[in-house]
Amino acid sequence: MTELDVSDAAADILTGEPRRPRVRTAGVPLPLLLPALVGLAFLLLPLLALLVRAPWRDLPNQLTSTAVWQALQLSLVCATAATGVSLVLGVPLAWLLARTDFPGRGFVRALVTLPLVLPPVVGGVALLLALGRNGVVGQWLDSWFGITLPFTTAGVVVAEAFVAMPFLVISVEGTLRAADPRYEEAAATLGASRFTAFRRVTLPLIAPGIAAGAVLAWARALGEFGATITFAGNFPGRTQTMPLAVYLALQNDPAAAIALSLVLLAVSIAVLAGLRDRWTAAPS
Amino acid sequence: MTRSTRRTRTRTLRVAGVGAAALLALSACSSSDSGSSPTSDTSASSSPKPSGTVTVFAAASLKESFTTLGKEFEKANPGTKVTFNFGGSDTLAASITGGAPADVFAAASPKTMAIVTDKKDAATTPATFVRNQLEIATLPGNPDKVASLKDLTKSGLKVVLCDKTVPCGAAAQKALDASKLRLTPVSYEQDVKSALTKVELKEADAAVVYKTDVKAAGDQVEGVEFPESAKAINEYPIALLKDAPNAKAAKAFIALVQSAEGQNVLTAAGFLQP
Repeated sequence: MTELDVSDAAADILTGEPRRPRVRTAGVPLPLLLPALVGLAFLLLPLLALLVRAPWRDLPNQLTSTAVWQALQLSLVCATAATGVSLVLGVPLAWLLARTDFPGRGFVRALVTLPLVLPPVVGGVALLLALGRNGVVGQWLDSWFGITLPFTTAGVVVAEAFVAMPFLVISVEGTLRAADPRYEEAAATLGASRFTAFRRVTLPLIAPGIAAGAVLAWARALGEFGATITFAGNFPGRTQTMPLAVYLALQNDPAAAIALSLVLLAVSIAVLAGLRDRWTAAPS
Repeated sequence: MTRSTRRTRTRTLRVAGVGAAALLALSACSSSDSGSSPTSDTSASSSPKPSGTVTVFAAASLKESFTTLGKEFEKANPGTKVTFNFGGSDTLAASITGGAPADVFAAASPKTMAIVTDKKDAATTPATFVRNQLEIATLPGNPDKVASLKDLTKSGLKVVLCDKTVPCGAAAQKALDASKLRLTPVSYEQDVKSALTKVELKEADAAVVYKTDVKAAGDQVEGVEFPESAKAINEYPIALLKDAPNAKAAKAFIALVQSAEGQNVLTAAGFLQP
């Protein structure tokens, strides 16, 4: 039930389409309005502070450094790759959870959401123990295929996908549950196989939900820090994504850290805004 | 309960403390913290013996030895409690200049201590209390036969270093530069303990860390000394902080660290005398 709420909220944010009738502001009681405004200020104030304290004059220098571009590029590539992995694995998983019935399904769904609440560093340690060179599965990857994930760009993608995929699964599962299964049944009576029905009927039907989930997953992957630094380490150009660069820059060069943060903020806002527009314009 | 003046804001907060007040409380936190330790304030002026809580911010590499010293201090001074915040020296320095309520700062390098003294946040001139030397940590049994710093540059060997922004990384770089070696690690870790952890988990083959960390890790890693480490010895300064909530007990703790007894604990952990 909570999963459904989350996905609804996500869809609301991104489509800008309220699901419930709008209440006029004049009717909002003061005891609700006041904390609401304080809450709004609380969420926006830190972002404003970032803008106020930004070293604007020095910004061009900070941003044209190759280290920044390296980190930004790596961040964008890895977040996109992690979203791709999440789509390929997450959509089928969401379908399984929403459309089939098997024993322990509720439990599986709870497990899927676990990385959402797990501290990212714990996720990183768990990944090391599972996929590390000496890990439960990782030692076989190493001895059979010579693949080691820690300290590689692929490791960054794995860490980000681990943390971001639940957002996509939850979002898609919620959309699937809201979608009417009778369309699929109709397709089946017309002779379509279950997979064809999924491909030709279900997928277009839940496309907005998939897009919403993908954007959430992408944004989460872009901001991922704990699991990445724990599992993939920190090496410029290979595993140092923007959040890691921000953290380490803060140690001895706060101005650079602020500049890097601004870039991440701008990218995040641009993506959310850009996708939102495309969405509302699309026919539902 | 008056709401008229600003001066009574913190008091009203304690009474009201709901909803909208939460945000104000966040901003009031730092200011109320420095003044709201009545136990330490009163005891500092009335009784000759130190009492109350001493908050020590110390470099991650001091974790084992300072924890021991903290226990000794509490035993020798009943009624005192030593709480620690161990972490990367830079991070600690940043939180101190950011207003974190601490009494003592023990850093792993003069450079990180300077962050605090530059902001005039230290009450005493920092004093070097120990020195620390680098060592190579390898897997147990040293399967890659690492015998020198140069061996770390062998291809195929996964080496982790501390990031150059933290003292252990700066020292490692100094040692590498002094011996004109170029080493490409697989990762620059954010502090010495996380560099060591990567070797303990066998994800990395070697790490350049402090002697003391190798010692603390016990059988999980094997230490390899290298002569170049003599060119990159870190000095650890300690200082009383300006806004120390419990300056009296803090001074007593610093005295313990510098005493023969304290030095024994530190050298047993692998530190060198100043």
